[in-house]
Amino acid sequence: MSRVNRATATQSLSVSFTVGLYGTAFGAASIAAGFSIFQTCLLSLLTFSGASQFAIVGVMGAGGSALSGIATASLLGIRNGLYGLRMAPILKVRGLKRVIAAQITIDESTGVAIGQEDRGIVAMRHGFWLTGFGVYIFWNFFTLLGALGAQAMGNPSAWGLDAAVPAAFLGLVWPRLIGKFERILAASSVLLAIALSPIISAGLPIIATALLAAAFGWKERV
Amino acid sequence: MNGLWLGVLGTSLIAFFLKFSGHSIPEKYVTNPRALRINTLIPIALLSALVGVQTLTEKGKWVIDQRLAGVAVALIALSVKAPYFVVVISAAVTSAVLYRM
Repeated sequence: MSRVNRATATQSLSVSFTVGLYGTAFGAASIAAGFSIFQTCLLSLLTFSGASQFAIVGVMGAGGSALSGIATASLLGIRNGLYGLRMAPILKVRGLKRVIAAQITIDESTGVAIGQEDRGIVAMRHGFWLTGFGVYIFWNFFTLLGALGAQAMGNPSAWGLDAAVPAAFLGLVWPRLIGKFERILAASSVLLAIALSPIISAGLPIIATALLAAAFGWKERV
Repeated sequence: MNGLWLGVLGTSLIAFFLKFSGHSIPEKYVTNPRALRINTLIPIALLSALVGVQTLTEKGKWVIDQRLAGVAVALIALSVKAPYFVVVISAAVTSAVLYRM
């Protein structure tokens, strides 16, 4: 790797650490949902995509089937595929390097890379690799810490974990609610999912809101 | 193999498949503006639904308990631009205090 721009390195490291810290919340949520410490760590090592990981433990923790959990997590993972499309022409890697690049293609690595556009393509590559590896290391470390912590606590409700999980989701969706249109979609999704919960089995009410998103996005907005 | 393991491995396999296909498909094949638009809206719908279901339901029943107070505090924290960690911790503390009362 050629010389790394100081601003790029600083940005990558600070993003990696801050985002990695959230791993604690995931580790705790996963244990509260009934997953073992080993399964929790595997989710962070292998799935490595925060929203998808929260989704699988959220859906299955609420009694949903593995299939509805996987479907929800995978719908959330589609965007990583689109990040890959954006990053491939910048990274230009093949073979094993491409496999590794794919695994660390997430919101943050893509975001930092695109943020370096003014500094040139080399800085973009550095931003991608540094942030991707940085988040990977911190996210997995803090996942383990959160899982061990939650295991030691016992009853999740006594420590407020039952509210920490939806609060964690709220924190993930909040930055995306940029306009009235997005906020209406969010509110409608909450209402639809709650309304459907007593009627169809756990997990399906959440997947149903993807159809709502499709309906909202069907027509171009002016 | 039990359900939890199926969930862990299934989610991981598909997550990697999605990431890797993005790196392997030429960009020109995926430019449908409608698909791209819907894709940015899907996380909003799913994550909001998860917030609602995890706050107000339990085993398929509507339940109002300490979780709602916790999430309300998280909402306040977010609206005053508190960092993510403060948001999660404040929700947990609120809910735990009410649960223990």
